[in-house]
Amino acid sequence: MFRFVAKRLLEIIPILFLVTILIFLFVHLIPGDPARLVAGTDATIEDVEVVRKELGLDKPLHIQYFTYMGNLLQGDFGTSLKTKRPVIEEIGSRFMPTFWLTFWSMVWAVIVGLLIGAISATKRNKWQDYLGMFGAVSGLSLPSFWLGLMLIQLFAVTLGWLPTGGLDSWKSYILPAFTLGTGVAAVIARFTRSSLMDVLKEDYIRTGRSKGLTERKIVWGHGLRNAMIPVVTMTGLQFGFLLGGSVVIETVFSWPGLGKLLIDSVSYRDYPIIQTEMLLFAVEFILINLVVDLLYGILNPQIRYE
Amino acid sequence: MKELHLNKREEYMNLSLEIIKVKSPISEFWRKFKKQKLALFSFFFILFLIVLSIIGPYIVPYGTTEPDYKNILSGPSVKHWAGTDAYGRDIFSRIIAGTQISLFVGLVSVLLGAVGGTILGIISGYYGKWVDRVIMRICDVLLAFPGILLAIGIIAILGPGLGNVVIAVAIFSIPIFARIVRSSTLSVKSTLYVEATKSVGAKHKRIIWKHIFPGTVSSIIVYFTMRIGTAILTAASLSFLGLGAQPPSPEWGAMLSGGRDYLNTAPHVTFFPGMAIFVTVLAFNLLGDGLRDALDPKIEE
Repeated sequence: MFRFVAKRLLEIIPILFLVTILIFLFVHLIPGDPARLVAGTDATIEDVEVVRKELGLDKPLHIQYFTYMGNLLQGDFGTSLKTKRPVIEEIGSRFMPTFWLTFWSMVWAVIVGLLIGAISATKRNKWQDYLGMFGAVSGLSLPSFWLGLMLIQLFAVTLGWLPTGGLDSWKSYILPAFTLGTGVAAVIARFTRSSLMDVLKEDYIRTGRSKGLTERKIVWGHGLRNAMIPVVTMTGLQFGFLLGGSVVIETVFSWPGLGKLLIDSVSYRDYPIIQTEMLLFAVEFILINLVVDLLYGILNPQIRYE
Repeated sequence: MKELHLNKREEYMNLSLEIIKVKSPISEFWRKFKKQKLALFSFFFILFLIVLSIIGPYIVPYGTTEPDYKNILSGPSVKHWAGTDAYGRDIFSRIIAGTQISLFVGLVSVLLGAVGGTILGIISGYYGKWVDRVIMRICDVLLAFPGILLAIGIIAILGPGLGNVVIAVAIFSIPIFARIVRSSTLSVKSTLYVEATKSVGAKHKRIIWKHIFPGTVSSIIVYFTMRIGTAILTAASLSFLGLGAQPPSPEWGAMLSGGRDYLNTAPHVTFFPGMAIFVTVLAFNLLGDGLRDALDPKIEE
């Protein structure tokens, strides 16, 4: 197991390295003079030079990268061009709202997805299966921002049961988490169905049946447990989808999180914030994939020895 | 005697031809595909959308920017089937005219991504060694960013606009296609007939075009169809966020965004463009599912 963990950890190092290079190059990929773009169209030449110094764009490229990495490792992510406050402060207060939003979305998506998937697989080609799978493909096709707005219209505006946006109490989580999780629930449901259907064909399920186990025990005890292995991987990958989706959903629900900050920063061209957020999301995604890989190794010992 | 022998051979060849005819992959595919009523229906619906996207702008009752000042934010009626927006523009006409934009963005961005990804995937899988490692590492890095975030990053560099949305969606589709095509290239490469072609001295170019590429097509087609739905959704999301199509464009996501402020008084302004996105994406997803089931030799009725 130790070798397996060490191997996976070593594998992410080159990826992390390349990701930092890409994000470092971000400002340099902007067509034209980045300093002028950041400074704005009506900035004087002096202003542009100040910005150039501020972003360190006046030094050779490799020196810039080393400075950038050195700062990163010391927790210095630069200052926001808009508020002039350190990026870490801007982002720090917004991390937890986004984290909890994605967390609760995932919780409901996994519960609902597994249930629908398991029911569809056991009631194969019956109306439950058709309903479940049509619901799932619809969930995949729904524009999340539209679903969010329609839910706001129904539950917040018309019925007045839930807040329209912002983050005040636990009630604020219900609509955004539901909206964000819908697409993921759909993917998990489809995946659970096909995985469970494969497992239910196995010999040990037939053995279970022949020794007179109840159908419920076969499906929920033996079937689903073994079908879970690929589902875990898929679920982990969906975290990336949630992180991306949170950007859209946070804008719909005026959520005080990272996604909304990112969109605001893009329109203001606040590059230090954009860079740091991209880095944060990428690192988060890489780490989640690592955890999923390790989990996979625990669930399926064969993987460890490959 | 010789003639008889020839006849027999001919007969045998005809027989084998017939067997091939019955079992040809295309007829097999069609036999399986037409059984799936939903997918078949989606296929015709998409054809209808394509026709609509071409002739739509000419047959709509109102112009896309034509205001009706007497009916501002009015609900659905006989005159305006889907109501009007804050400028008194007919929402139904705008949605029909917007079909063009969504289909164009979806098709072109995925096509660019598929072409780029297929080339990289075949090179990576066929040549292997360091070429493979370099290409796959680049893909890993691009895939380290959740899809829409990569698109937002690219737009932050290139600036907002529909053209840049197409580029952004194309770029984040490339690594996904590259991975899929690479894995089918690897499995085709190790088949006996490719080994045989190689051993009779066929050139790389010929092997790739005649054998490897056709072998990867079915996985590309399925993924291509499914990806169009995602691309349309992503493009609409970006326009909704104000990073894609800009008003007064009748792009569905942009229309929806414009309706947000009137959610209390005129929810139809947001409802109908959202329905249009949903139905279109659903059709592509159902078609993709149908194609997958029809092309997968493992799935039997």
